[in-house]
Amino acid sequence: MSSDVVTVPRKTRGPWALAFAKLTGNKAAMAALTVFVLIVIACFSAPLYARWAGVDPFSSTLDAVITIDGQDVPVMEQSTEGLGLGYTPLGPTWRLGNYFLGADNQGRDVMARMLYGGLNSLLISAVATVLTLILGTTTGLVAGYFGGVTDTVLSRLLDILWAFPIYLLAISLSIVMIAQGITIGPITIESGSLWLPIIIIGIVYVPYVARPIRGQVLSLRNSEFVMAAVNLGVPGSRILWRDILPNITTTLIVFVPLMMALNMLTESALSFLSIGVQPPAASWGTIIQDGQALLYTRPIVALAPGIAIAISVMALNVFGDGLRDALDPRSKVRLGRD
Amino acid sequence: MMLSVRDLRVSFRTQEGLVRAIDGVSFDLREGEILGVVGESGSGKTVSLLAVMGLITDPNAIIEGSIRYRERELVGLPARELRRLRGNEIAMIFQDPMTALTPVYTIGGQIAEQIRAHKRVSKSQALERVEELLAEVNFPNPREAMSRYPHQLSGGMRQRAVIAMALSCNPALLVADEPTTALDVTVQAGILDLVRKLRATHNSAVVFITHDMGVVSELADRVMVMYAGRVVERGSRTELFSDPQHPYTRALLGSIPPLTGEKPRRLPAIPGSPPSLLRLPDGCAFGPRCPVNYEPCRTGKPVLGDGTHAAACFRVQA
Amino acid sequence: MIYAILRRFGQMLFVMFGISVIVFLIFFATPGSDPAARIAGRNASPEVLEAVRHNFGFDRPLYVQYGLMMKKIFVTGDLTSFVNRGWKVVPAVLDSIPVTLSLVFGAAVLWVVVSIVIGIVAAATRDSWVDKLLMALGLLGISMPVYWLGEVMNLITQSRYHDTWLFSWVPPLGYKSFSDDPKGWFLALVIPWVTLAILYIGIYGRVLRAAIIESMQEDYIRTARAKGLSETRILLRHALRTSLIAFVTLFGLDFGALVGGSALLTEVVFGLQGIGKLTYDALQSLDLPMIMATVMYASMFVVVANAIVDFVYILLDPRVRTS
Repeated sequence: MSSDVVTVPRKTRGPWALAFAKLTGNKAAMAALTVFVLIVIACFSAPLYARWAGVDPFSSTLDAVITIDGQDVPVMEQSTEGLGLGYTPLGPTWRLGNYFLGADNQGRDVMARMLYGGLNSLLISAVATVLTLILGTTTGLVAGYFGGVTDTVLSRLLDILWAFPIYLLAISLSIVMIAQGITIGPITIESGSLWLPIIIIGIVYVPYVARPIRGQVLSLRNSEFVMAAVNLGVPGSRILWRDILPNITTTLIVFVPLMMALNMLTESALSFLSIGVQPPAASWGTIIQDGQALLYTRPIVALAPGIAIAISVMALNVFGDGLRDALDPRSKVRLGRD
Repeated sequence: MMLSVRDLRVSFRTQEGLVRAIDGVSFDLREGEILGVVGESGSGKTVSLLAVMGLITDPNAIIEGSIRYRERELVGLPARELRRLRGNEIAMIFQDPMTALTPVYTIGGQIAEQIRAHKRVSKSQALERVEELLAEVNFPNPREAMSRYPHQLSGGMRQRAVIAMALSCNPALLVADEPTTALDVTVQAGILDLVRKLRATHNSAVVFITHDMGVVSELADRVMVMYAGRVVERGSRTELFSDPQHPYTRALLGSIPPLTGEKPRRLPAIPGSPPSLLRLPDGCAFGPRCPVNYEPCRTGKPVLGDGTHAAACFRVQA
Repeated sequence: MIYAILRRFGQMLFVMFGISVIVFLIFFATPGSDPAARIAGRNASPEVLEAVRHNFGFDRPLYVQYGLMMKKIFVTGDLTSFVNRGWKVVPAVLDSIPVTLSLVFGAAVLWVVVSIVIGIVAAATRDSWVDKLLMALGLLGISMPVYWLGEVMNLITQSRYHDTWLFSWVPPLGYKSFSDDPKGWFLALVIPWVTLAILYIGIYGRVLRAAIIESMQEDYIRTARAKGLSETRILLRHALRTSLIAFVTLFGLDFGALVGGSALLTEVVFGLQGIGKLTYDALQSLDLPMIMATVMYASMFVVVANAIVDFVYILLDPRVRTS
C-alpha cells in the first residue's frame, strides 16, 4: 500500500552550504555587507557623479562661481577678517551635485573628491589584500611544507618583519620609492603610481598571513592523509595543490575582510603622512590631510572622509567577524591592530 | 537521612528541543555511608550529582524535583546560602585532576583559599591546616608541595591535592566523580585506599561515581545503577553483586575482570551503545540492547519498585 | 627561568640585528636609484654628492657601508642632515625620546586600566545590553583612524568647545617638559593620551572579554565554584588572572605597533615633538639621514620594549617561569 511512498533522503548539506546559511542568518553581518556594498557602488560611480555635477575634482578652480537658489556664490570667498587676504572655501550646500560638502582649499568639490578618494582607498586596500594573501600564503606554504633550513630561514625573516613596526617599515620603503619611483628589472613604477602604496601595504602585512598559514600547513604536513600521499609517491606540488591548499582556504577567506579593514586604515594613515596616494589624486587619507588646514573653519572637509573610513572599516570588521563565526568559529584570526 | 533526593529531573533546552538528561531520579544517603553510582557515560550519573552540588550553571538547564540535605531543601536555595554549604559541608572531587586546578596559583594557596572562604582563620593558620591535609593525603613533603604549581605535579599527586582541598573543611558529604579514571592503575589503588581511610577518619558520607563495577565492589556500601537518565537498579553491595536483577546490571558485572583465577581473553562488552537522549526508544530505554525479549518492554516504561533492593524491569517484577 | 630570559635576550639581539640590516638594505641597496643622491637631498651640488659618497663609503663593499652607518648612528652619533645643513641628527632623536615615552606610557596606563574594567564588565554582563553597547563602542574605537580622531579632538577641545567650562583647561597644542612644569606636562598630554588609548581600549576590551568568557568554561572554574567561592571572586581571581596572560602577550605585540605607528600619527596631530613628529617632518623635507636615525632608534626601542613585556610575561605565568 505504502510502497509507492518514496522516502527522499534528506538533502545533506555540505560544510560550505552550512556556513553560507549561517552567514546569511547573521543579521549584523548581512547589514554590514549591505552598507559596504553601497559604499563600493557609490565610489565606483565617482566619474558619473563628477560629470553630472560638471566639476573637475583634480584641478584648482579658485575662481569658480556656482548658483544656489538663483544667487551666484563664489567657491572661494574672500576673508573678511585680518588683512582680507585669505580665502575661505565654500561650506557644505547640502545640494547633491552642487558642492554638496562644500569646497576644499583649492576650490574643488569635496563630494566628488570623496567619491574618487574612496575609489582609490578601496582599490588600494583590495589589491594590497590580494598581494598580501599571495605573498603570505606562498611564504607560509613553502616554509611549512618544506621545513628544514628553508623553514628556519623564512621563519626568522618573518620574525624580524613581525617585530618591525609596520609604519616605520612603510616609511622606510616609501621614502626610497616615492621620491624617484622604483625600477626593478624591466618594470618601472612611477613615483605617483597607486602601485607604490599597494606594494608597501602588501609587503608590511605579509607576516600576519604567513605565520598562521605556516602553522596550519605544518600540522597538515604531519597529518595522516598527507603522510599517506607522500608514501604513495604523490609529487609535492600535487600534494600542496590538492591536499593542503583546500584546507587553508577557509582561513584565507576569513582573512579577506579583516585584512581589507586593516589595509584601509593603513592606506589612509600613509596618505595622511603624504607617503601614500600622491596629489592630485585623492584618497580618504589625503582629503583628511587637506582638511587639516581648514579644520577650524570648514571642519567638514576633514570630518567626512574620516566618517567614511570609520563606517567602511566597521562594516568590514562586523562582516569579517560574521564570516569567521560561520566558517571557522574556533580560529583566533584577529587583525584589529595597526 | 542525610541526603534525600526525590524525583529529580534535569532538562536542557537545545536547538533540537528539550533534552531530559535526568528523568525522575530518587535516592537516599545515610551519614557515613558510601554510595556507588554506576553507569556508562551519558547515563546521567555526573549530571545528577552536579545538580545536588548546585553546579549546573548552564542557563538553558531546568532542574525540578527535591533535594533535601539535612532537612534543608537545596532546589531553589539562594545562591548565597548554597555557596555556604558548597566546599564546606558538601565537597566534590572531579574526574580530571589535570584541568581541575587553576594553573597560575600554588597548591597551598588554592587549598587555603577554600578554607578561608568558610572559616574565620588567619592566612598562616589556613596554611598550617593545608600542611596537615597534604600530609594526610600522603604527600611525602607537604611543606614543599604547598608552594608547587599544578603543572609541577604528576596526575596522581594533583588528584591527592584535589582530595585534600575537598577535605579541607571536613565535609559531611563528599561527591567523587570518577576520581581515578584519568589515572594509572597503580595510582588508582592508592586513591581508593585514601578514600576508604578518609571515610574512617572524617566519617564523611561519600557518593562515588564510576563506570567501573570493580571499584564499586571494593568500596561501596550501597549501589545505584543508572541508564539513560534513570535509576535501573539499586541495592546493597552484597545484594547487587550476589543477585543482580536488571539485565543491564548483569551485563555490567560481566564486564569486570575476575580478581582471581584465569583471566578471560576478552571481556564481554555490552552490545550496542547507549541511546541518544534526544531519541529515546518507546518502552524500556534498555530494550534495544536487552538480551531478554519480553513483550511489555516495547510499550511501557518500567518503574523502580520500593524496597532496599529493586530493579526497574518488567521481567523481574513479573 | 634564567634560561627563558637569556633565550629571549638572544632573540632580541637577533631581531635588532635583522631590523638594522633590513633598514640598511632598504636605504642603501634598493635597486634603481643612487643612495648618495637621496641622502644629499634635492638639488645637491656635485661636491656635496662626492662628499656623501666618500663619507658613507659608497665606493666600498656593502658590509663596510653597513658598519659605517651603524657607527654613525649608534657609536659616534655624528650623522648629519644635509637638508638642514649640518644639523646633528642623533642628539635631536635622543631629545625627542622623552616626549614619545610620556605619550606612550600615559596612554598605555589609561588603556590597560580602562580595557580591563570594560572587559570584566562586558564578560560579567555577557549578552546583556551593557555588554552589547560596550562591544559596539569598542568596535567603533577600532574602526576610526587615530589621526582623524585626534583632529576631531582638536576641533572639539581647541576650537568649538574650548570656551566652555568643559575644555577651557586644555592648553594650546605642544609639549611641556615634565621637569620644568609637571602640571603643564600633564594637561598637555591628557587629550593625546585619551585619543591614543581609545583605539586600544576597543581592541583590548574585546579581547579580554573573549578570554574571560573562554576561561569561564574551564574545569578549574567549576572547581572554584565547588569550593564555595563567590562569583565575583571566581571572575576576578581565577578567570581574569588566567586571561591576563593572553592580554600581556598581546600587549607585547601591540606596544611595538604603538610606538612605531599610532603614536607617530598622534604626535603629528597634536604637535608633540616626539620621535614620530621628527620622522614626519623629515619625511616632508625628504631628510634621509634623519629618517634613518629615527627609524633605527624607534625600532630598537620597540624591540627592547617588546622584550621587557615578555620578561613580565615570564614572571606572570608560572608554567613558563618554572619550566
